[in-house]
Amino acid sequence: MEPTAQSQTVAPAGLRARPAIACRRITKRFPGVVANDRVDFEALEGEVHALLGENGAGKSTLSNIFTGLYRADEGELEVNGTPVAFDTPRDGIEAGIGMVHQHFRLVEPFTVAENVMLGDTSDLGRSFRLHPRAIEERVAELGERYGMAVDPRARIWQLSVGEQQRVEILKALYREARILILDEPTAVLTPQEATDLFGTLRAMADDGRTVIFISHKLHEVMAVSDRVTVLRDGRSVATVDTSASTRESLAALMVGRELNTYARPDDGREIGELLLEVDGLTAAGDRGTDAVHDVTLSVHAGEILGIAGVSGNGQRELAEAVTGLRPLTGGQIRVAGKAVHAGDPRAAIKAGVAHVPEDRLHTGVAPSLSISSNVVLKSYREDENSVGPFLRFRHIRDWAVELIRRYDVKAPGPSASARQLSGGNLQKVVLAREFSGHPRVLVIAAPTRGLDVGAIETVHAHLRDAAAAGVAILLISEDLDELMTLSDRIAVMYEGRIVGEVAAAHAVVEEIGLMMAGGGER
Amino acid sequence: MSIRIERRLSQPRWLSVAVPVCSLVVAFLLIAIVLLATGHDPLETYKDLFEAAFTAEGALSQTLVGATPLLFTGLAAAAAFRMNLFNIGGEGQLYFGAIGSSAAGLLLAGQSAPVLIAAMMIAGIATGAAWALIPGFLRAYLSTNEIITSLMLNYVAGLFLTYLIFDSSSYWRDTTSPSAAVFPVGKELPDAASWPTFGSSIVVPFGFLVGIVAAIGLWALYSRTRFGFEVQVMSDSPRAARYSGMRTRRKILAVMGLSGGLAGLGGASQVGDFLHTLDADPNGLRAYGYGYTGIVVAALARYNPFAVVLVAFLIGGLQNAGISLQGPDFPSGLVGVMQGMILFTTLGGELFVRYRVRIGRSHRGARPAEAAAEATR
Repeated sequence: MEPTAQSQTVAPAGLRARPAIACRRITKRFPGVVANDRVDFEALEGEVHALLGENGAGKSTLSNIFTGLYRADEGELEVNGTPVAFDTPRDGIEAGIGMVHQHFRLVEPFTVAENVMLGDTSDLGRSFRLHPRAIEERVAELGERYGMAVDPRARIWQLSVGEQQRVEILKALYREARILILDEPTAVLTPQEATDLFGTLRAMADDGRTVIFISHKLHEVMAVSDRVTVLRDGRSVATVDTSASTRESLAALMVGRELNTYARPDDGREIGELLLEVDGLTAAGDRGTDAVHDVTLSVHAGEILGIAGVSGNGQRELAEAVTGLRPLTGGQIRVAGKAVHAGDPRAAIKAGVAHVPEDRLHTGVAPSLSISSNVVLKSYREDENSVGPFLRFRHIRDWAVELIRRYDVKAPGPSASARQLSGGNLQKVVLAREFSGHPRVLVIAAPTRGLDVGAIETVHAHLRDAAAAGVAILLISEDLDELMTLSDRIAVMYEGRIVGEVAAAHAVVEEIGLMMAGGGER
Repeated sequence: MSIRIERRLSQPRWLSVAVPVCSLVVAFLLIAIVLLATGHDPLETYKDLFEAAFTAEGALSQTLVGATPLLFTGLAAAAAFRMNLFNIGGEGQLYFGAIGSSAAGLLLAGQSAPVLIAAMMIAGIATGAAWALIPGFLRAYLSTNEIITSLMLNYVAGLFLTYLIFDSSSYWRDTTSPSAAVFPVGKELPDAASWPTFGSSIVVPFGFLVGIVAAIGLWALYSRTRFGFEVQVMSDSPRAARYSGMRTRRKILAVMGLSGGLAGLGGASQVGDFLHTLDADPNGLRAYGYGYTGIVVAALARYNPFAVVLVAFLIGGLQNAGISLQGPDFPSGLVGVMQGMILFTTLGGELFVRYRVRIGRSHRGARPAEAAAEATR
């Protein structure tokens, strides 16, 4: 996808540009950590400026300082050449700064239009009477204009993660921010959609707006930005012109070492017996209409079957149906030849189906409970963890300590709550638990979303090891690079159906992208 | 200048002690203003209050009488609230416990005291639990809001109680004695069905001891067992509970049953310890609102079973002192004001355990815990 996207890159912004937002020697401390350490940053009017860095490098903290959510402990912030001191996010909005967060700030029971209406300080939003029609129209119009179609009357909880992100982008667009900060906005988009988004960002920059694009994906940064500021360990390492950089040079700045990315190693896995058969599976979505239509799949021991697709095309529902979280309206699921009682998570667990859900924090773990509790979430009933009705707390704690060591989880200790962990460490805890149940089948969705490069490598290594040990893996991801690196075969889902399947070795990204967008042939 | 309320990132342990103590101090300061305005000496009144609740002759015994039902309804509320299941129906479940246990006491007349007492306890638990299972089923299978259904069923239970004694010739109603002809009353239970008391200078009702055992049992159940673990997971994330294969519907039924059973046991204790009949008098069992006060007890105890024992004892003392203080120059309304003020400040003080207030120019915006956690990566 890189060549097509790169062709969109325009030369760095012209000489006329003046700084729209600038900061000098910004320092922000949190208990026990310096998130930003004397950071210098400057983004010009009319440029797309990428903020590149691994997770934990301080990108989110810096953007939160820009939007007024945090206040820097030290340093100066200027907007349009004027020193500013934001006390609240409202100050940031009033200064014309809009933010699309990585963690969505949406009210789930509200509609798309209602979410846009929230905090709207324009005349329409301030008036006593609500004007839902006008806002719905405006949202629909904006969505159409930027190729981000979303039903303005749909409620947020009914939308997929990808669609929810579109709402966030629309919200900022609706408020007509002069400076738009996007925190990893492409994580849930297809290559085509990402390219469209880059077009949108470019158009906004050409209008004289400033786009700050936060990412740890090199090809995106190469494709969309004029300049790049690299953060590492809370410090600003360098600001460079994109045109004068390569992926390799940026990667070296970002992680301080060279990376070998996106090469599918020929690990010589042996494909064994048929372990997971999904036969004519049909299941209803949250809105009651069929979200998965007549899906038939098979995965063998030692095989990784990738499911590609834009989020919201039935992948989540498919994963939930296979793991018993969602009842079937038709079809059958067999594990190692035996039919699994559908719609019962415990039956799926007993049959040896492990599940790493898309929503790690609220489904994959109980966030307020300790790591100890979370590692036995599925095995607390077993004899080794309990005596009669009582739990063996000491044994469970020792087991958690062992898993923390074995999976290299960075945590204060086994009694730390899951919520305290970073995305990568949380995912390690979930993987540790799922693998310790000795699964035959693993269903894993968006395994590396929001993780930094190091954590992604670790998760991928664990998946390869599991496949090598004979687990049949159903990998659902919106990250095509990830699917290409890991999968043996890739099936593409579109509007609840499997619209094509290719062997990963012969897969062409553009072809898969086309199928994801509904343009493929069966 | 601005005042801002922020969520605390961490809750220091000392706060959970300091805040209630400070709340009480504030309450007594506020009450002092009211007392001064009505021409009473605050210090004198507080001395009387303390004496009436704890130090006067027989005061502690009376306090325990008041504390016993609150102990059960407090435990009932705590048991359900721990799983974010808001059973407001402790009141009705207590009535049904009284109905069931009095039936057991009447039916088994002639049996020995241990048999009668055991039967009354079992019957009280069973009927209280059964009544609580109605909102439990509705919640588990039809996703009905249990706050509304359990609350409404309190009125149904109250009316049913009235019906049994006033409007029907039910098994519970006394239709033979001369006094019953004048004013409808329930049948007296046999003497062997009276629960024993312990101690002489301080009389401890058997029900209070049962309540302490129940508190220990509830603590063990919730902090030591698989069941308690499942309740913890359910309260934190129902999705995670379902994902890990827990039977979430059954858990809702079990916890509602447990909660109702505890309230029902409170009803049995009322009959066995104090009333010795099924009391439907509008000024009797139904007048005190034990079920509702139990919710306050549970909230003040932060759903900790041991703290429920302590809080039930203190609130029991407050109610007992209120009754003793009342007199010609100390109207009952003033007693109500005092009790209300204490509940208001202690419940309001809970805010400060979870939030902090910043005054003046804040150096930090509101920081959602998630964003802060992210920054520490």
